[in-house]
Amino acid sequence: MVATGALGAVGAAAVAWPFINNLNPAADTLALSTIEVNVTPIAVGQAVTVKWRGKPVFIRHRTEAEIKEAEAVPMSQLPDPETDNKRVTDTAKKVRPEWLIMIGVCTHLGCVPLGNKAGDPKGEYGGWFCPCHGSSYDTSGRIRKGPAPKNLVVPEYLFTSDALVRIG
Amino acid sequence: MASSHGTPPVFNNKVISWIDHRLPIFSYIEKEYHTFPTPRNFNYFWNFGAIATVMLVLMIATGIVLATNYTPHVLMAFDAVERIDRDVPQGWLIRDLHMNGASFFFIAVYIHIFRGMYYGSYKAPRELLWILGVVIFLLMMATAFMGYVLPWGQMSFWGATVITNLFSAIPVVGESIVIWLWGGFAVDNPTLNRFFALHYLLPFIIVAVVALHVVALHVHGSNNPTGIDPKGPQDTVPFHPYYTMKDGFGVMVFLIVFAAFVFFAPDYLGHPDNYIPADPLVTPAHIVPEWYFLPFYAILRAIPDKLGGVLAMFGAIAVLFILPWLDTSRVRSCTFRPIYKWFMMFLVVDVIVLGICGSKPAEGFWVPLSQLATLYYFAHFLVLLPILGKIERPLPLPPSIADAVLKKKAV
Amino acid sequence: MRKPFARNLLVSGAIALAAFATGTVAIAAGGTEPPPARKWHFQGPFGTYDRASAQRGFQVYQEVCAACHSLSLVAYRNLTDLGLTENQVKGLIKDITVSDLNDDGAPVDRPARPADRFKKPFPNLAAAAAANNGKAPPDLSVIVKARQYGPDFIYGILTGYVPYDKLTPEQIKEFDVKKDDNFNKYFPGHKIAMAPPLSDDKVTYADGTKATLDQQAADVTEFLAWASEPHMEDRKRTGVRVILFLLALAGLMYAVKRTVWADKH
Repeated sequence: MVATGALGAVGAAAVAWPFINNLNPAADTLALSTIEVNVTPIAVGQAVTVKWRGKPVFIRHRTEAEIKEAEAVPMSQLPDPETDNKRVTDTAKKVRPEWLIMIGVCTHLGCVPLGNKAGDPKGEYGGWFCPCHGSSYDTSGRIRKGPAPKNLVVPEYLFTSDALVRIG
Repeated sequence: MASSHGTPPVFNNKVISWIDHRLPIFSYIEKEYHTFPTPRNFNYFWNFGAIATVMLVLMIATGIVLATNYTPHVLMAFDAVERIDRDVPQGWLIRDLHMNGASFFFIAVYIHIFRGMYYGSYKAPRELLWILGVVIFLLMMATAFMGYVLPWGQMSFWGATVITNLFSAIPVVGESIVIWLWGGFAVDNPTLNRFFALHYLLPFIIVAVVALHVVALHVHGSNNPTGIDPKGPQDTVPFHPYYTMKDGFGVMVFLIVFAAFVFFAPDYLGHPDNYIPADPLVTPAHIVPEWYFLPFYAILRAIPDKLGGVLAMFGAIAVLFILPWLDTSRVRSCTFRPIYKWFMMFLVVDVIVLGICGSKPAEGFWVPLSQLATLYYFAHFLVLLPILGKIERPLPLPPSIADAVLKKKAV
Repeated sequence: MRKPFARNLLVSGAIALAAFATGTVAIAAGGTEPPPARKWHFQGPFGTYDRASAQRGFQVYQEVCAACHSLSLVAYRNLTDLGLTENQVKGLIKDITVSDLNDDGAPVDRPARPADRFKKPFPNLAAAAAANNGKAPPDLSVIVKARQYGPDFIYGILTGYVPYDKLTPEQIKEFDVKKDDNFNKYFPGHKIAMAPPLSDDKVTYADGTKATLDQQAADVTEFLAWASEPHMEDRKRTGVRVILFLLALAGLMYAVKRTVWADKH
């Protein structure tokens, strides 16, 4: 009796799973999960936005001053402590402090922070400012002020040469 | 009347009695909507159940017609809606009815909820009736949210992004849930497509829950402004023609206000940004949900912690489920509750204040104000309601509904 | 049954809801002063589009705006709503060609037909952005509905430019205005990518109307308001009938309700 019921429950779960899994991302969506970007046209101090997995990715060519500023912040001042060094390391463990690559989606509720274009407000910490609920990020994309709980997410990326970076 | 309640009706028409003998739909209508004994002292607040039903039917009818011309694809949805407005015969009318209908459905339901709270309609033995009502409210919110995404304007897209991201606040599994909801790595075509499917499905589930709501209502009958139970035929009138006619009049008045918006200010309750096609790379300066979500949006933003804000927002609705057990008073109606009556009115003001806070940017004095209003909202249900029921001395109740009506007439 | 309490509450509830809704809509556009409210021919419950003005506005759109801004949701056939005859429409579009495929599937340019949508100045958004310093000029089909303050905003932008030498030093400092920037009183943030599009006598009106800057701005706004909602007049006409009908029916229902309830009061 119990065995029959248990087996029946397993069967019901097995039937339910395809219906639930059906709503997960499809193969064609997953196939677009890597992109390659040529970073040579991005001058020092500039940033570009590229689209990856339907989301904006910020690629910023940081100035010396911005790098220094990011490295100098003590961990105790960060709501989500993370060293700048760690945020500019690619999957081959190579550190390139001049290139900051992040998903441009505010970790609060998914808006796109401002700060990539020349005239944009960059917030109090010189990085990015989210216009939705006022989160401010520093020059390493780390959350400093506002409701967002986490730093801007650094995706997995790999510099295949000095000019070419593969994201994803 | 009460006496005719138990005896099956006799139908003179042969066809009707043949059908009724096999499927008693005519007996059911006769019993539940004709002779059904209903308290004789309803005020106009009791119209809003019927009004909400009319709005539900209107939303489904206009929605089905709109769906025949809509295309749930990110590249075509915006233009499809504009084509309905411009080229489909009287498409503008159907769309204006549907988009303003959502607002007016919520207006009717909010007044209906207020009536239930003010007159204690949620109290025993109507707890399940009330809970079914809260379920309908939740389903309405889900349906309205997904419907707002379909025109694929800027507010559609960013509203969907902000609201689906709420689930990412759930520890550990949050991210996977959000990706599952989206069917991708952002709000995109799969999201729009499934929202359309669900937006079409949910209203029929609402109809089913409304049916249960009505069945539960007819077990013990309606509450009334005095909150005391009918004691005999002198306290009730048959539902038809007394309340069918009164509801009919109320529906007409409501529809006049509705028509004023549909025909003379169709975009007043909407947001101009939703006439800008969705752009995933540009966030509007200020994202606001539809007005009927604003009080809950204000609660979400009032809490400075992400998970806390999400929990508070859902808690604001969850608390309604346990309302029947939070109220410790032995009388139902606020008419006889001299203190709670004012707190109840203050709750209405509080929710309106929350709504205004929700429409403003989260800065300056709106932040502490929305926090204060959120605090009162929860204090009202979790502290004031249980305590007041114990310490408040209710006014003397009239001996019966008929007495209450006759006394008022004498005054 | 007298229920003044319930009635008062309903009324105050309605007022509160109205205030509530106004609160939602009245969100200031980032601290910029709102454009002055103008009187429009299409305002109010009986307002209609000024056909002559909208026709002139079409001319302004076609000769000035269309160089950069698409109007992709409007078709040439729709111009008959503005009082043009079918032959006039055909005459207007006789020199316009649109791309299509021929029978062999090769791309060709063929003459525009009334059923075609307004021709876009750029083949796609990316091309439009590339030709305009990275930001594609917005499509104007629903622009009047897509901006807070609607027609007042459009008119305000077209007439709200302030030349660099007329700016105060404080304005230049506060908004970081450079010599080549376009400063507009009513644009959020004031710096607008679009150079002043209109000036006196930019177009020559066939009907002899003097083409001042204000006149052209008002005319093209009238045209764009029509483009945003071509069925507005139909909507208002239907609305008057519907509300009169509902009032009559509500009156009758009230009488019936009174009669039914007479013995219970």
